[in-house]
Amino acid sequence: MTMNRLWEDDMRFLKSTPVLAGFALAAGFSLAPAMAQDIKIGAVLSVTGPASFLGDPEEKTLKMYVEEINAKGGIKGRKLQLITYDDGGDANKARTFATRLVEEDKVVAMVGGSTTGTTMAMGPVFEDAQIPFISLAGAVVIIEPLKKFVFKTPHTDRMACEKIFEDMKKRGLTKIGMISGTDGFGKSMRDECVKVNARFGIEILAEESYGPRDTDMTPQLTNLKAKAGIQAVVNPGFGQGPAIVTRNFRQLGMTMPLYQSHGVASKQFIELAGEAANGVRLPAAALLVADKLPASDPQKPVAQAYAKKFQDATRQPVSTFGGHAYDGLMILAGAIERGGANPKAIRDEIEKTKGFMGTAGIFTMSPTDHMGLDLTAFKMLEIKAGDWAIAE
Amino acid sequence: MLAQFLQFTMSGLTVGAVYAIVGLGFTIIYNASGVLNFAQGEFVMIGGMVTVFAVAAGVPLPLAILLAIAVAAIVGVALHRLAIEPAKDASPVVLIIITIGGALVIRGIAQIVFDKQLHKLPGFSGDTPVNFMGASILPQALWVLGGSALIVTLVTLFFAKTMIGKAVLATAANRLAAQLVGVNTSVILAISFALSATIGAIAGILVTPITFTNYEVGTMLALKGFAALVLGGLGSPAGAILGGMVLGLCESLSAGYLSSTYKDAFAFLVMIAVLLVMPSGLLGKPSAERV
Repeated sequence: MTMNRLWEDDMRFLKSTPVLAGFALAAGFSLAPAMAQDIKIGAVLSVTGPASFLGDPEEKTLKMYVEEINAKGGIKGRKLQLITYDDGGDANKARTFATRLVEEDKVVAMVGGSTTGTTMAMGPVFEDAQIPFISLAGAVVIIEPLKKFVFKTPHTDRMACEKIFEDMKKRGLTKIGMISGTDGFGKSMRDECVKVNARFGIEILAEESYGPRDTDMTPQLTNLKAKAGIQAVVNPGFGQGPAIVTRNFRQLGMTMPLYQSHGVASKQFIELAGEAANGVRLPAAALLVADKLPASDPQKPVAQAYAKKFQDATRQPVSTFGGHAYDGLMILAGAIERGGANPKAIRDEIEKTKGFMGTAGIFTMSPTDHMGLDLTAFKMLEIKAGDWAIAE
Repeated sequence: MLAQFLQFTMSGLTVGAVYAIVGLGFTIIYNASGVLNFAQGEFVMIGGMVTVFAVAAGVPLPLAILLAIAVAAIVGVALHRLAIEPAKDASPVVLIIITIGGALVIRGIAQIVFDKQLHKLPGFSGDTPVNFMGASILPQALWVLGGSALIVTLVTLFFAKTMIGKAVLATAANRLAAQLVGVNTSVILAISFALSATIGAIAGILVTPITFTNYEVGTMLALKGFAALVLGGLGSPAGAILGGMVLGLCESLSAGYLSSTYKDAFAFLVMIAVLLVMPSGLLGKPSAERV
């Protein structure tokens, strides 16, 4: 028998008897017995890479609030243990980490998936393992067709299109051009916009696209500018693309209204686009304008509290993305509170979430709706003098 | 029609100038050492990021630029001393893989030293576009084009007129013979890394007001610069410039006239077509296998 085997046998002995707990207590690790009962939840996020502006605030938010829940004594006396992995925005890596969460870490639920691409790659892993998965990504394909164990907290891209078209209709704009990113988010939102535009009497006269790492969109915009009759331009996309589009748009002297998506709802967009951002409209969660909401708005306290906590802890401006992580974690915490820490029970309870007030709006899930938000959760914002303003 | 064509062309030339400078950086090191340095894009990143952070810390722009160039040059020399020099007897393929490792290390450090966010610099001469025959051109694009032209001229003069430049060429031609006539080849290689890092950093600084920068902007640039290099002809400085410009123009003209969806595919199609007809690139000399 080798030394290794001996050691393992010893360990087995220790684990199988209360001796370990005794040792630990003797050594002063009074937490050791509780450790064994921690509720493990996983998070695969794009903390680095092109989607780091999503994953970074999401990770910070999750860590911050798991700590807060634990400081208050956990959920029904059991502490949460958060296991995070960084997929760098790479769908293949995300899938590998998802498998690791399921097989090695044995989590009971997962909050994460920063992008639509990584979420779609991880979905089947959790679906097969029957572990609930609350995604933080935007596209409607995540919950349509419905998957039993997959949920999401952000508004869908279809809702963003509807909100934009609704606003256009109010302003009498009916003929538009579109310039979309070819990343998962931009492509999915573009497809949704093209499906619902007719319902709002909006005609898409011309369409252009750009790659997620492109640095100059003037050729595409020159074509939109030259197309006769275009009254407004919509830019589905996230990351640096929309900021460059916005700057190129002004560079070319285009004066029609420009609509961005909720994908750029962060102060970083305004910083990058600079002066050019003024006048841009986009649909976004009320969180961005928490302080500007009327006092009667039921969402105000939640949004303000989250914004304050995030800004105090990170010294960074609040973005809606971190808010989605907050919503996801709180929905999950609520479900565990009600139904216990069994994956299937958690799934059933998430589905029964009703009237939960999150940063993105009021969530009411159902067996046919795994997101639970409606259009009222969106506010149409306009960027004025480098800040958000409510445009309704 | 003309205004549109000018707009597309300017866009292509500006983007292409950056590819060209990155390609030129590849060429300098390749000519001196036979190594393709895939950390070339990282020098561009360092140039942009150091300038952004120095300016944010209150350093005046000209000083920040000098600082960024110095940091990039030091990183270039360090890359040579710490990673390439100890393995100098390894085959070029091994050295190339080492540079990829170097690129990952630099990117990782940048991610910790700086952050993961996108950053921008204000345009050197403001952000108000100039109208040129109906095309709106950012003043910064003129900076990029002018700066690139200056870099190319200086690099050409360096190789043609200075002793060090000639020593680099001598080292490239035959390292043993260069050593025999008294050239310290190790110092020369370090100089070529420093030079390559310097021009990369300058490109990064010039282009940041237009394209933004972040810690991993180098990945894409290294790929495009390498494509420019292959298109223009491996080892030919003029070829790298031409290759970069052609690649940039292909992208913008196909986005403008054909379809923006297929612009990258089109650029690569052009590349494949050129390489089928001219396997050593536009300006490359046909290579002969030495036995």
